[in-house]
Amino acid sequence: MKKFTKLACLLLALAMMLGCLTACGSKESASSATAYKLGGVGPLTGGAAIYGNAAKNGAEIAVEEINALGGDVQFELSYQDDAHDAEKSVNAYNTLKDWGMQLFLGSVTSTPGVATSAEANADNMFYLTPSASSTDVLGGVANPLTGTVDIARKSNVFQLCFMDPNQGSASAQYIADQNLGSKIAIIYKNDDVYSTGVYNSFISKANELGLNIVSTTTFTTDSQTDFSVQISDAQSNDADLVFLPMYYDAAALILTQANAVGYKPTFFGIDGMDGILGVEGFDTSLAEGVILLTPFNADSEDEATKNFVAKYQEKFGEVPNQFAADGYDCVYAIYEALKASDANPSMSASELCDILVATFTGGSFSFNGLTGDGMTWDDTGAVSKSPKGMVIQNGVYVGLD
Amino acid sequence: MKKLRLNKTSRTNFLTYGMVVVLFVVLQIMSGGGMLSSTMKGQLVPICAYVVMALSLNLTVGVLGELSLGHAGFMSVGAFAGAVTAAALQNAIPSGGLRLAVAMIIGALFAAVAGVLIGIPVLRLRGDYLAIVTLAFGEIIKSIINNLYIGMDAGGLHASLINNTIVLEEGGRMILSGPMGIPGITKISTFTAGFILIMLSLVIIFNLVNSRAGRAIMALRDNRIAAESVGINVTQYKMMAFVTSAALAGAAGTLFAMGQNTIIASKFDFNQSILILVFVVLGGQGRMWGSIIAAAALTILPELLRGFADYRMLVYAIVLILVMLATNNPTLSGFFSRLFGRFRKPQKGDAAR
Repeated sequence: MKKFTKLACLLLALAMMLGCLTACGSKESASSATAYKLGGVGPLTGGAAIYGNAAKNGAEIAVEEINALGGDVQFELSYQDDAHDAEKSVNAYNTLKDWGMQLFLGSVTSTPGVATSAEANADNMFYLTPSASSTDVLGGVANPLTGTVDIARKSNVFQLCFMDPNQGSASAQYIADQNLGSKIAIIYKNDDVYSTGVYNSFISKANELGLNIVSTTTFTTDSQTDFSVQISDAQSNDADLVFLPMYYDAAALILTQANAVGYKPTFFGIDGMDGILGVEGFDTSLAEGVILLTPFNADSEDEATKNFVAKYQEKFGEVPNQFAADGYDCVYAIYEALKASDANPSMSASELCDILVATFTGGSFSFNGLTGDGMTWDDTGAVSKSPKGMVIQNGVYVGLD
Repeated sequence: MKKLRLNKTSRTNFLTYGMVVVLFVVLQIMSGGGMLSSTMKGQLVPICAYVVMALSLNLTVGVLGELSLGHAGFMSVGAFAGAVTAAALQNAIPSGGLRLAVAMIIGALFAAVAGVLIGIPVLRLRGDYLAIVTLAFGEIIKSIINNLYIGMDAGGLHASLINNTIVLEEGGRMILSGPMGIPGITKISTFTAGFILIMLSLVIIFNLVNSRAGRAIMALRDNRIAAESVGINVTQYKMMAFVTSAALAGAAGTLFAMGQNTIIASKFDFNQSILILVFVVLGGQGRMWGSIIAAAALTILPELLRGFADYRMLVYAIVLILVMLATNNPTLSGFFSRLFGRFRKPQKGDAAR
């Protein structure tokens, strides 16, 4: 008799869920027709939640500020969880479509970004991602290793962050220009799109510039707690600079474990390293002298950044990282573009997309945000802004020139 | 559940076929009439893939009686083999449906080969040992694909391991790039293709179970020593069930991959294997219709729970626990058996459960 019980239980559970969903749904649909519906997808739960929540919080602050201005352009924001999974990100995107999204802030992380950008491209939905930096999100970019274009350009997709190859080649260029190291070790995460993408372009640029790479070691998600093998390989090869193209959680462990064996080279990171000073239980004095390329500096003295950091701290109780600034800038970039065009909130997503793509690639559109001044976009979808070198001194970022 | 009488078994089987057909027709009509949300439409293909995964794992767990914790490994093999095949045949076979069918066959073949390879050492083990080795198998597949690079140009397919050393001619493109997986999949999986695969899986599984071989397999499950003593070839029959299960998982993997924009190897991890095992356990071991309902319901559930926002996965876990408790609650089942009492005839299997 179990089968009837089971069936009934499942049906009851489903009915309960459906009931709840319709209740929640009806609340959301009671929106004003004067506001643009802005959607975003990111990992709000799971291992990558820190990035998704930061981008979401940044975007929320921007939307609040813009709505408080009471101008013609008003936003309604909805962020959906994808748990850093491509399959779930498409579900999240579809949920937003059902909600009536007109403009899409894209995915926060790269692999889901590849999936949602393809969906948005099929629907002609305007897509500006804060931080999905893989070239496959944009499409039409040559693979740095084989020189082939593996995915066609998705014409409605734009990035606010640096593309992975730009970061890798910029890092190599920076190290060569500033003469930061004569023997270079690289540790990267070879099951991660972001880390591998930066590594590939770094290595091809480094070979071009004649940088001396003495040690290349890898790790994966499953092995990112013990770095003794990688560190001792770098140490035994006398590397004086270690390049760490990875997120700060793993980098914090590498710094701690290198210190434990008395290995003190220069550590060089990319924008994923931003946030290392906020890692719980991490001795920030270990990060002293670490160099990283990042577009955003929470300790910057300019008025807009100070204002944003204060608001973020008041609302969420922590110092915003680069992802928060990216999320904030995304909303403002769309805001500026909408103001510069003759769009109105009653237009369909596809009409808005055509208008915004024309504005973004028109050549005259330039945007000043927290993560850079005079950002412009062209047909490739990649942003043009220059990365800033930062060095950690006395527990804060100081700009390098 | 022991299938004691043939007529009872066939009745259940036909009811299962019927249920799938009715669900398919209803969903197709709703889809055609614009009654399905984008979320629901987007989930139809993954649901079909997960249903086939659950059915195939049920063959290993429920019918063969061996616990496998690496079933996502076979799905992964099928997904990547199928997706690479489909990408390579993009120009050769313009028809999406035909290309999908070819990709599925290739995906199933590769998964079957993987099934044979892993089956040789694994099926000599029993119980916990077998579970742990299959778990390791899933991890090995993940590692291999994370380090595999495949590109294609006019000269055909090129592959390299660990480092991407592929040199492609003008006009070539990378299909699989290690940890980045396959980023640009042309979606060709349809709900109809998923439905056909489910029906095909059911036909294969029901016919296998009700054949002489199937009875031998179940005899092995129930008492290996007794089965061996009457001359049943243990390795042969275990292998038969295991490889069939792997091949179906491979086909499901292809169906899944061709319904996604991108797939990466780490998608098919230990958690994925456990999720599929949950479908099987919740639906009832050896009970195919239970697997179908459980797989479909548990795939849709997290999306339905989006209304709970931050508490979504917590609520999902609670619902899972409640359903597990409810299905094992004697008071509740007593209530339902009284309610539905007139439909049922006493079964010996009930007391054992």
